[in-house]
Amino acid sequence: MRHHVARTILIAAVFGAGALAASGAARADRESFAVNNPTYQSECGTCHVAYPPALLPARSWQAILGGLDRHFGTDASLDGKSLAEIRTFLEKNAGRDRTGSAAPALRITETAWFKREHREVAASTWSSPKVKRASNCAACHKGAEQGDFDEDSITIPR
Amino acid sequence: MRRAARGAALALGILASGLAGAQAPQDLRRGYDAAARAEAPGFTGFSAQRGEAFFQSTHGADWSCSTCHTRDPLEPGKHTVTGKNILPLAPAANPARFRDTAKVEKWFKRNCSDVLRRDCTALEKGDVLTYLMSLGK
Repeated sequence: MRHHVARTILIAAVFGAGALAASGAARADRESFAVNNPTYQSECGTCHVAYPPALLPARSWQAILGGLDRHFGTDASLDGKSLAEIRTFLEKNAGRDRTGSAAPALRITETAWFKREHREVAASTWSSPKVKRASNCAACHKGAEQGDFDEDSITIPR
Repeated sequence: MRRAARGAALALGILASGLAGAQAPQDLRRGYDAAARAEAPGFTGFSAQRGEAFFQSTHGADWSCSTCHTRDPLEPGKHTVTGKNILPLAPAANPARFRDTAKVEKWFKRNCSDVLRRDCTALEKGDVLTYLMSLGK
């Protein structure tokens, strides 16, 4: 009797571990890009969504931080303390650099990764009144402000 | 021009000293009152009406304050370029507003630069604050 129970428990454990491993792999797809730095959230997530650091390489973030006074048409200059903290945060959490010697991308929407992920989105959707531009993540990714880019949380507005 | 710059610097100094540890919108307004007096000795007090006109005007360029903060600051706004949601600006609709001196001064600096291509004077800031504080009452 005890032998059967032990074997059942062992089989259940193996299945359980397998299921856990599978869900871990799915999470490794990184649908959650939660930004856990309050300074970055408040200084870089007020005028636009706080873009997840992993979506650009460190070189890109350096270029952006080096030109905050001319930040896509506005002056987004930071005080020294905030700048230093945000620089460290971005460098630590930046994505891998796959761009080689090319100039660093300054827009996530220009990266090969972004274009691949959004290849099914029509041009007319990007320019539609409720979306306006591809950098407006929250227009379709309803959980973007919480770092949720899960495919199940997408609603494309009509 | 140099006199105006000195006046502005003096006003900012008074503003900074007066606003240290501000707790409520009324405290901020008191600070702007002192700074406005220093800026222009003929100052006779803030006006919600003047503040509303200032808030809604594009001042000869593309944007007004209301472009992003909407014509009704009791309502949520939307960044006109990025589409990002902006919580209501009027304290009656959003009690967190105008309680942090550093934050308020930072956003006045940025947004006055965007809208007016210059700093706002203490008079203008006080008028706008007076207008916003008058809403929802």
